Amino acid sequence: MKQANKAERLLLAITGVVLFLGLWEALPRFGFVKPMLLPPPSEIPATFWREVQSGAWLSAVQESLKHYVTGLVLGSFLGVALGVLTGMSRVLEDMTNWVVRLLRPIPGLAWVPFAIIWFGVSPAAANFIIIIGVFWINYFAALGAVQAVDRDLIELANAFGHRSPIARLFKVVLPASIQPIMSGLRTGLGQAWMAVVAAELFGVSGLGQRMMQASSLLATDVVVVYMITMAVLYGIVDTSFVLVRDRLLAWKA
Amino acid sequence: MITISDLTLSFDSDRGRTIVLKDFHLDIADGEFIAIVGASGVGKSTLLRVVAGLVRPTSGTVKRDSPERPGRRPYAMVFQDARLLPWRRVVKNVEFGLEGLGLTAEEKRRRATEALALVGLADKADRWPHQLSGGQRQRVAIARALAVDPDLLMMDEPFGALDAITRQSLQDELIDLWQRTGKTILFVTHDIEEAVYLADRVVLLAGSPAGVRSADRIMSARPRQRDDEAARHTAAEIRTRLYDYVEQGEGI
Repeated sequence: MKQANKAERLLLAITGVVLFLGLWEALPRFGFVKPMLLPPPSEIPATFWREVQSGAWLSAVQESLKHYVTGLVLGSFLGVALGVLTGMSRVLEDMTNWVVRLLRPIPGLAWVPFAIIWFGVSPAAANFIIIIGVFWINYFAALGAVQAVDRDLIELANAFGHRSPIARLFKVVLPASIQPIMSGLRTGLGQAWMAVVAAELFGVSGLGQRMMQASSLLATDVVVVYMITMAVLYGIVDTSFVLVRDRLLAWKA
Repeated sequence: MITISDLTLSFDSDRGRTIVLKDFHLDIADGEFIAIVGASGVGKSTLLRVVAGLVRPTSGTVKRDSPERPGRRPYAMVFQDARLLPWRRVVKNVEFGLEGLGLTAEEKRRRATEALALVGLADKADRWPHQLSGGQRQRVAIARALAVDPDLLMMDEPFGALDAITRQSLQDELIDLWQRTGKTILFVTHDIEEAVYLADRVVLLAGSPAGVRSADRIMSARPRQRDDEAARHTAAEIRTRLYDYVEQGEGI
């Protein structure tokens, strides 16, 4: 019964994909939309292959991943570290309260002018935009997580001799808040991708830049290749993250 | 021997100074089982926290005449909720208090395993806390406290959240553990029957600020019966005194 249900759902999912591709293919094929405005999916593999052979695809992916990983790692680390620190210190929390409220609502992309003024159109500018986008998500996730740690567990740590801030951090605070911190990290994975593309649209080399070049030549099939590339790369990163997270949170099962 | 002398605890708040405990005095002999009873909110749990060093007293001292010994902690606590760390397996929960004492990994594991065996959970060492029943979790909490080999084991209504049958069997297990390990126990409860069944001495904490109102030695021979006539009589007396304090408006 359950097995049949599973097969049925898989079948429905496949049907959905086929319908989607069919509709997409039909629109330009039957002349509802000009193929130049919406390239049919059947042309995409050939375009993809051309991009790979020219070397443009691989170098764009490499550039973007470099920005992505650098920005993500730095932004996540800074966000989690400062969030945890602020969550553990009353003084720091009160001191940062208003500054944070002022800076937080500024969208990451609003920093683009400064990024370009400070760093020029360079990988550093892209990193900067990504770091800011990822930082706040992780900062607030970590801060909230640490503040929500059960006071009783802190008391337990005190009762069993773990009274220093370091012991408290590693014995109780971090493990107790790992789950919401992980959710923050995961949200950051998606946010960083958006920031990568946005930063590259301004001319820093990578997927976004390649897309802009293609669109200015109305090579929409190339644009689609890079859109799909982004989706697949993000999918791989997110799935790997979930696998690691589930291992770390095995005790939840 | 543990001597708690002239313990006073007060807090300052917007509404002025509240004195919770005043001039609390108690001598606890080595290996003695003492129960502290009193109305809820009277300050029983606070008293334990002061003795455990979790709350600093306004004045007064807690003194032990036993020397510091490496690899042990002077006090250990069992809370009403088991308070296991859900991200640690059972045996790692029992090792919690042993960390930071400079023991080797093997030593910690050996002592944790022994403590688990004492509470009859040796076979559950590799489980996660959420896989245990309420009674089992509380036994793990007791093992965690015993593992640090404390001079004084403090228990804050440890069986209060359990169903009646589990509570009775854990009471009997606790007596058995106490007799085998010779630990000194300070046991807080609001259940006078439980206190009279378990303890050598039952201390009534009442009044506002709270202090020792009476201390009854329970003479019934062990192993005790739950329907012991003399114990029932003592329990009734303590209850009458407790109600007197509550009626005087001092108990709550």
